[in-house]
Amino acid sequence: MNKLADDPRGLASAGSRSGPLLKVRDLSVEYVLERAVINAVDHVSLDLAAGEFLAIVGESGCGKSTLLFAIAQLLYPPAAITGGSVTFRGRNLVGLTETDLSAVRWKDMSVVMQSAMNALNPVLSVRAQFRDAMRAHGVTSKEEIGKRSAEVLRMVGIDPVHLKSYPHQLSGGMRQRAMIAMAMLFTPELIIMDEPTSALDVVAQRSLMAQIKELQRTLGFAVIFVTHDMSLVSHFSDRLMVMYAGQVSEVGRTRQVFDTPRHPYTVGLMDAFPSIRGPQVPLTGIPGSPPDLARPPEGCRFAPRCPKVMPRCLTSPPPLYQVEGVGVRCFLYEDGGAR
Amino acid sequence: MTELSARSGPAPQALDGGEPLLRVERLSRHFKIGNALSRATLHAVDDASFSVDERQIVAVAGESGSGKSTVARVLAKIYKPTSGEVYFQGKPLSAIKSRRDRLRYSGQVPMVFQDPFSSINPVFRVSHGVMRALKLHRPELTNEQREAEAVRVFDAVGLNPGAEVLQRYPHELSGGQRQRVGFAQALAMRPKLILADEPVSMLDVSIRIGLLNVMARLRDTERVSILYITHDLASARYVTDRLIIMYAGHIVETGSAEDVLSTPRHPYTELLLAAAPDPRAPLNVSSEADIGEPPRVIDPTPGCRFRWRCPLAIDECHKVTPPLRELLPGHRVACHVAQAGAETGAFR
Repeated sequence: MNKLADDPRGLASAGSRSGPLLKVRDLSVEYVLERAVINAVDHVSLDLAAGEFLAIVGESGCGKSTLLFAIAQLLYPPAAITGGSVTFRGRNLVGLTETDLSAVRWKDMSVVMQSAMNALNPVLSVRAQFRDAMRAHGVTSKEEIGKRSAEVLRMVGIDPVHLKSYPHQLSGGMRQRAMIAMAMLFTPELIIMDEPTSALDVVAQRSLMAQIKELQRTLGFAVIFVTHDMSLVSHFSDRLMVMYAGQVSEVGRTRQVFDTPRHPYTVGLMDAFPSIRGPQVPLTGIPGSPPDLARPPEGCRFAPRCPKVMPRCLTSPPPLYQVEGVGVRCFLYEDGGAR
Repeated sequence: MTELSARSGPAPQALDGGEPLLRVERLSRHFKIGNALSRATLHAVDDASFSVDERQIVAVAGESGSGKSTVARVLAKIYKPTSGEVYFQGKPLSAIKSRRDRLRYSGQVPMVFQDPFSSINPVFRVSHGVMRALKLHRPELTNEQREAEAVRVFDAVGLNPGAEVLQRYPHELSGGQRQRVGFAQALAMRPKLILADEPVSMLDVSIRIGLLNVMARLRDTERVSILYITHDLASARYVTDRLIIMYAGHIVETGSAEDVLSTPRHPYTELLLAAAPDPRAPLNVSSEADIGEPPRVIDPTPGCRFRWRCPLAIDECHKVTPPLRELLPGHRVACHVAQAGAETGAFR
C-alpha cells in the first residue's frame, strides 16, 4: 500500500472525456518463473463506463486478481504485462513511470485490497493512515485532513471516534469499511475492489455490499469488483464478467447472464451453490480443477471439465462469440446461439 | 461417486437406552478479559444445551462472535467448560483425565479445521498425517494394514486414486483437495463424531459443494456424525439434519433444518436468511439497515441479547432472558414474541 504513496506531487492529470472511463484491450500478463511461463491473463478486453459496476467472477487461479493488479499497474516481478493496453481517461497506463502513475492512483483510481487485516498498518491509528495517504497526494492542511477523514468514515457508517482506533480494535467488517473509506478520500472515478467481503460473514457481507452500491450510486464512481462468489454480486453489479483460466468466458449484463447463463462453465458456477429456498436438489459442482496455465489445453481451456465438450473443442480455441449482447467463448454459440 | 441428495440419509439412531451420541447440558464458557484493574468476563457461550445422535449432521450457525467455534473447542477439549457438562456416549467429558482416555476421545471426536493451507504440514507428504494418526490411534494395525487403511480413507473422501495422492506434497494439491485430506485424517481414526469448524468457508464456492457431498457420504457410509460449524445457511440446509442457530452465546432457535429455514420463528434467523445471497430470489432490502455487528458479550445483564437489533423487541425482552422453548414438535425458539404468538395461536 505504501508504494502508492511514493509521490508527494499528487497532481492528477485530467484525461480526455470522450469514450469509456476505462478501456482494456488485449491485455496479457505472464508470470515468468524459473521453469515455466504462466499465462495468467490472456488477451482480456473490457470497457467500463463512468459510474458502472462491473463484477468479475471466477475460481481461484483464474487470473481475476492478476487482471485487477494489471489494470491498477500494481504487478511486480515475476508478473509483467506482456501485451495490450489499459486506457484510463484517455491515457494508456501501461509503461508509465511510478511518478506519473502516482498522480492517477488514489486521486482518480483507488484499490481496496482483499484482506483489510494485512492492508492496514497495525501500528498506526486509522487517523494516521488516512493522513499519510492525503499528505502523499498533496493535501497538507491539518484541518482539511481531519474534516475529510471524518467525512469518509461517516460515509461508510463508522463513527468518526474510530479515527483514533487501531486496526485491531475494529471488527472485520469495520476494517473493511475503513479501507473503503480510505479509497474514497479523493472521490476517485474508479474504485477497484478485490474480494473486499470474503473475510466477512453473511450479514456483514450483505450490509457492506448494499453500502458499496449506495455510495456508488450517490457519488457516481465506477467499480470493478472481483469475487469468487457469483451469488454475492447478483443484485449489485450492472455487468458480469466470468473468467476461466485467464480468459473471459462470458461477459454481459448481470441479469442476462444470471437468467440465461450460456457458457457451460457459467452454468456450472450457477449450479454450484445450494439454494436456501425452493426444492432441494443434489448438486455436483464442477468436477475437476482448473488447468495448469504453464501448459494450458490446446483447444478450449474448459474442455477437460466441460459436460458439453465436442471433438473440435479439444483442438482449436473458441473465440468470444456475441450472442444477444453477451460475449460467450464457446463453439456452441458459433451460429448465434442455436444450441 | 454416489451423490445422492445430501439429506436423504438414514434416520438418525440413538444409542441403547435413548442416550444420544453427544449430549451438551447447560454449557457455558466465559473468558476473563482486561487487566488487573478492569476485570470483565466475556460470555462466549451461555447455557447451551443440545444433542447429536449417531449418523447425524448437526449444523451450528451464526455470525462471528456468536460462540459457535467456542462450542466446538469445548467439545474438542481445548477449553474446559465454565459450567455445564458434556456427555459423550453417556459419559461426562470432565471424567476424561488420563492420557490414554484423552487420546481415545480425540480419536473418536477429531476436528477438521477451517484453513486447509495452514493445517497440513508443508514439508511432509500428505501420507504423513494419516499414517501418524493411524499409528497413534490404531496401534493394533500392521504396517500393511495401515497403508491399506490410508488408501481406503483417501478414496472414501474422493481423493482418487488414494495410493497416488498419498505420495503428494500439500502444495501439489488444491484447497479443496487439502480439505479432503483433513477429513481423511479424521476418518482414519474411526471417529464417531467429526467437529468441522467452517470446513468450506475458505474454499471457492464452486468446490464447496464437493466437500459437502463428502460430508454426507461419510455420514451415510462411514456412519459418523458431524458437527458442522458454519455461517452459511444454504450449505447447512443442503447437508444437515438439524440446525442450531446461535447468537451472542445463546442458542436462539433449533429444529430440523427444513423447519427452521422454511418457517423461522426467531427474528435473528429471519435476518440471517434475508442476508443469504440468493440470485434466484429478488433482492431483500429489509436487511440493509442492519450493519451486521454482533455484540461482544461482556458482563451481560439479563434480557434477550438480540434486543438491540430486533425489530420486534418488547419491554420484556429488556428484562428477562427468553428461555429456549418448544413451539412446534422438535422446533425450539428463544423469543418472547414468538412464544407469546404461539400461545395465542397467532402467527406472527
